[in-house]
Amino acid sequence: MRLVTVVALAVAVALATAASPFASASPDGLEKVAEEQAFIDRGRLAPIQEQAPVPDYAFPGVDDPRLATGLAGFVGTLAVFALGAGVVAVVRRRPRTA
Amino acid sequence: MHIPDGFLSPEVAAGTAVAAAGAVSIGLRRAGTQLDDRVVPLLGVTGAFVFAAQMLNFPVAGGTSGHFLGAALATVLLGPWLACLVLAVVLVIQGFAFADGGISALGANVFCMGVCGALATGGAMTLARRVLPRRRGVLLGVAGAGAWLAVMAGAAATAGALALSGTVPLGTVLPAMLGVHAVIGIGEAVITVAAVSALMATRPDLIGAWAVQQGQSPSRAPGMQRGQSPLHGRA
Repeated sequence: MRLVTVVALAVAVALATAASPFASASPDGLEKVAEEQAFIDRGRLAPIQEQAPVPDYAFPGVDDPRLATGLAGFVGTLAVFALGAGVVAVVRRRPRTA
Repeated sequence: MHIPDGFLSPEVAAGTAVAAAGAVSIGLRRAGTQLDDRVVPLLGVTGAFVFAAQMLNFPVAGGTSGHFLGAALATVLLGPWLACLVLAVVLVIQGFAFADGGISALGANVFCMGVCGALATGGAMTLARRVLPRRRGVLLGVAGAGAWLAVMAGAAATAGALALSGTVPLGTVLPAMLGVHAVIGIGEAVITVAAVSALMATRPDLIGAWAVQQGQSPSRAPGMQRGQSPLHGRA
């Protein structure tokens, strides 16, 4: 399990870091529909998102946009792993009755 | 498919949040009681992979892109309720750290991209287990079909949430959302089948749906019990 965890996590981190800078920047399905049907402008950031550490997947203070996206992918993937593993660790320490 | 704040009415945001919280709490309970120690890291790894793959927008027709959602893959590996938990973890990080997907709309996003997709895939797998032979190719086929259905279910739920909010009429938003996501869903199916197939070749015991199919011990079927479909039990 340990080996497969490390390998799979490495694959995820590598994809997010190395491939994400080359992903399509076109609007996604919902964004496209929202543009066409003229409700895209209703979207706004929540106040707490104004202070998001890595807004819009661009690592702050990095001039090169591809590097900024790759770094965002790197930290994001590890953050998701940490939160997921952390949540599971917490619920398993105090198992609820089913 | 991340809904930002401002698209939904407070009532719809609250209603979908309650539904999402219910599904995620079932996932939390299963993580606490049913997940085998050996596969605990699989939940974090699945989340990491889903996050990474969600960043890889691929072009579809007409200046539009699509991206992987991951509920189907997580369902094949972990069962639908743990899949809801995985997607919630991914969406929390995306919303708070990357300002992707709203905060008041977080529940709606977990509901549309996580819960609807997981239940669509889980339903497809349950049905297939009853009527189709238990073979590797069948599982891959059902994973692909489930992935497409998961994207369509998420698109329909998103359209419904937008219409219920009074943002846009259902008659215009539903066909548009289903139309573009019918194509995006093919990408979801390809990625899901590729990932399941790669895991099948190396560690088939980590694929919960496969272990259940083969009648293996519950310890090898994360989030599920022997002989049970992922939608049985306390569903």
